[in-house]
Amino acid sequence: MSVHHLDYLDELESEAIHIFREVAGQFEKPALLFSGGKDSIVLVHLALKAFRPGKFPFPLVHIDTGHNFPEALDFRDQLAEKIGEKLVVRKVEDTIKAKKLTEQKGKFASRNQLQTYTLLDTIEEFGFDACIGGARRDEEKARAKERIFSVRDEFGQWDPKKQRPELWNTYNGKINKGENVRVFPISNWTELDVWNYIRREKIELPSIYFAHERQVLEYEGQFVAISEFIRIDETDIIINKKVRYRTVGDMTCTAAVASDASTIDDIISEIIATKTSERGETRIDDKVSEAAMEDRKKNGYF
Amino acid sequence: MDILRFITAGSVDDGKSTLIGRLLYDSKSIMIDQLEAIEKQTRNREDGEIDLALLTDGLRAEREQGITIDVAYKYFTTPKRKFIIADAPGHIQYTRNMVTGASNSDLIIILIDARNGVVEQTRRHSIIASLLNMPQVIVAVNKMDLVDYSQDVYNNIVIEYADLAKALGLEDVTYIPISALNGDNIVEKSEVFSWYEGSSLLQLLEDVEVEKAIDLAHARFPVQYVIRPQTEALHDYRGYAGKIISGIYKKGDKVTVLPSGLTSTIQKIETDGGKEAEEAFAPQAVVLHLEDDVDISRGDVIVLHKDVPQTSQELEVLLCWMDSKPLVSGNKYLLQINSTRVRSVVKDIEYRLDVNSLERKYSPDQVGLNDIVKATIKTAQPVVFDSYKSLRANGGAVLIDETSNVTVGACMIQ
Repeated sequence: MSVHHLDYLDELESEAIHIFREVAGQFEKPALLFSGGKDSIVLVHLALKAFRPGKFPFPLVHIDTGHNFPEALDFRDQLAEKIGEKLVVRKVEDTIKAKKLTEQKGKFASRNQLQTYTLLDTIEEFGFDACIGGARRDEEKARAKERIFSVRDEFGQWDPKKQRPELWNTYNGKINKGENVRVFPISNWTELDVWNYIRREKIELPSIYFAHERQVLEYEGQFVAISEFIRIDETDIIINKKVRYRTVGDMTCTAAVASDASTIDDIISEIIATKTSERGETRIDDKVSEAAMEDRKKNGYF
Repeated sequence: MDILRFITAGSVDDGKSTLIGRLLYDSKSIMIDQLEAIEKQTRNREDGEIDLALLTDGLRAEREQGITIDVAYKYFTTPKRKFIIADAPGHIQYTRNMVTGASNSDLIIILIDARNGVVEQTRRHSIIASLLNMPQVIVAVNKMDLVDYSQDVYNNIVIEYADLAKALGLEDVTYIPISALNGDNIVEKSEVFSWYEGSSLLQLLEDVEVEKAIDLAHARFPVQYVIRPQTEALHDYRGYAGKIISGIYKKGDKVTVLPSGLTSTIQKIETDGGKEAEEAFAPQAVVLHLEDDVDISRGDVIVLHKDVPQTSQELEVLLCWMDSKPLVSGNKYLLQINSTRVRSVVKDIEYRLDVNSLERKYSPDQVGLNDIVKATIKTAQPVVFDSYKSLRANGGAVLIDETSNVTVGACMIQ
């Protein structure tokens, strides 16, 4: 192999950095949507490579559903402080109160749908014209078809039939006032690529990604953390289980997986051996219908 | 481990989705829950076996109509390589999607139905492959199970295709007989093809040289963003951030900045978030520092002093029109090549190319969606470019409608 040949992780990294710099070059008011999950932590790491020693040309923005894992929130605050970048937090709770929104009911009542309202309000409040996110095409079928620069109308809606062709490495971020673009720099990464990159770059993660003892209840084969946000019925059996999180979303819609993995190496071994997809194993919200993600994206979801 | 990006050309009828489903399934990139979802759908459809084609149909509209509308990206990894598949529909009304998928690919798999041989669609896919200068082509003769795995049938198709490839200037073509439905010659070499001496399809994909897709001879660096911290400690820091799209840059190299033509020397190369390097190469994202304080901004291209691309305000292009509104000669569009965006006007449309036959229709009345035409574009500012045939990375541009902001055309600069 020649010396002028990039390893696949270097190539993915370079592609992502290029996308970050296109955002910086093409937009007036970008934002990096930061959730505290591993994919957005990787985004921050890539942004450091793209812009240091300069400052980020955008703030980190977190849409806080109020159902987050406390570990992820702590991590978020520490990271923002460590890198010295601006963090904007907007709460779904406030949107619910201000707009008198109706919350979902049921055992795992989720604010997943409602966070779209807060996101769109935040975009409007700051006039963000580009929102960088950590979505990947391998996650889900609708995402497999989304562009790296994905144009949303003034209602934040994605129209799969009106997507702009995206050729070579040329990204067209031109929009009219009121529209915005969602940008996905790690579109071409798979779950395993992300973990291998985290290992190589020694990126720190919130503790919930590693195996720990937790009180959970088993529901249709999935382990859901006991929290004040879910309804516990008399028939539920609460157990102490060694688990880790493969993805980090809300406590109401993210399931844990049974695991003994205490290091990144252990996690990677488990992921290579797993027979279930990332979203299939851990997301309670995707199972509602075959087109759940497609529908949510059309409504302005991430 | 490296990355191979490839596109599959063919239609559902050629077994394209089945082939992709098979590659994902046999390389164990399909998970149980995804398989269960497909099994459920297969049951809904009331026909027998698992339909691997369902793995690639992403959107509800597509499933309802049983067709693929858009380019979908699929991923799988073997111990040797990471693969990115651009799955694009093959029918003529989706030429723009195939052009899009091919623009980001290093290799194209052209599927031929063994029962039909080289047909109009094969010709069209091959013409597009040639227009987009695909570095490598694999011709997969599929559905061999339906012709009793006949060597004669296969050989005749190879002979016929070789003529076409020659006429189109496709140089690097590899042939393989397969049955995507049965998995023959996909991951493992199948015994049913006792007469076939080559490797399985997956092995071919693992063994092709991806280096061919990257040009290391011509150094091109479009500036994306200027990093200027303007803090006390870094008062004089001025770094030009971008991705090397081709070639190699070394510290001390004499460079020319285009389109201005100013010259300077590379003082420092930063890779990996600030680490200094002696040299850097495509496709690395880096920050360059120059010795002289020259005026450089986004859209400028830094090249080596001894090898300068063309700079012009008039471009001869092959243009694939991608919008439902027709292209009107004399209309103004924004032209974007890498990080440069300039106003432009499509001046003359010389001819339209029939993508099924390569015939030229001179002075066409109208240019509509999926048409490919030869045109001249005049730009408001000088554009720095190479011919697409010689350097893909710096020869492709898009046209953007100034009023709708939609990407309406893809230009291969001649």
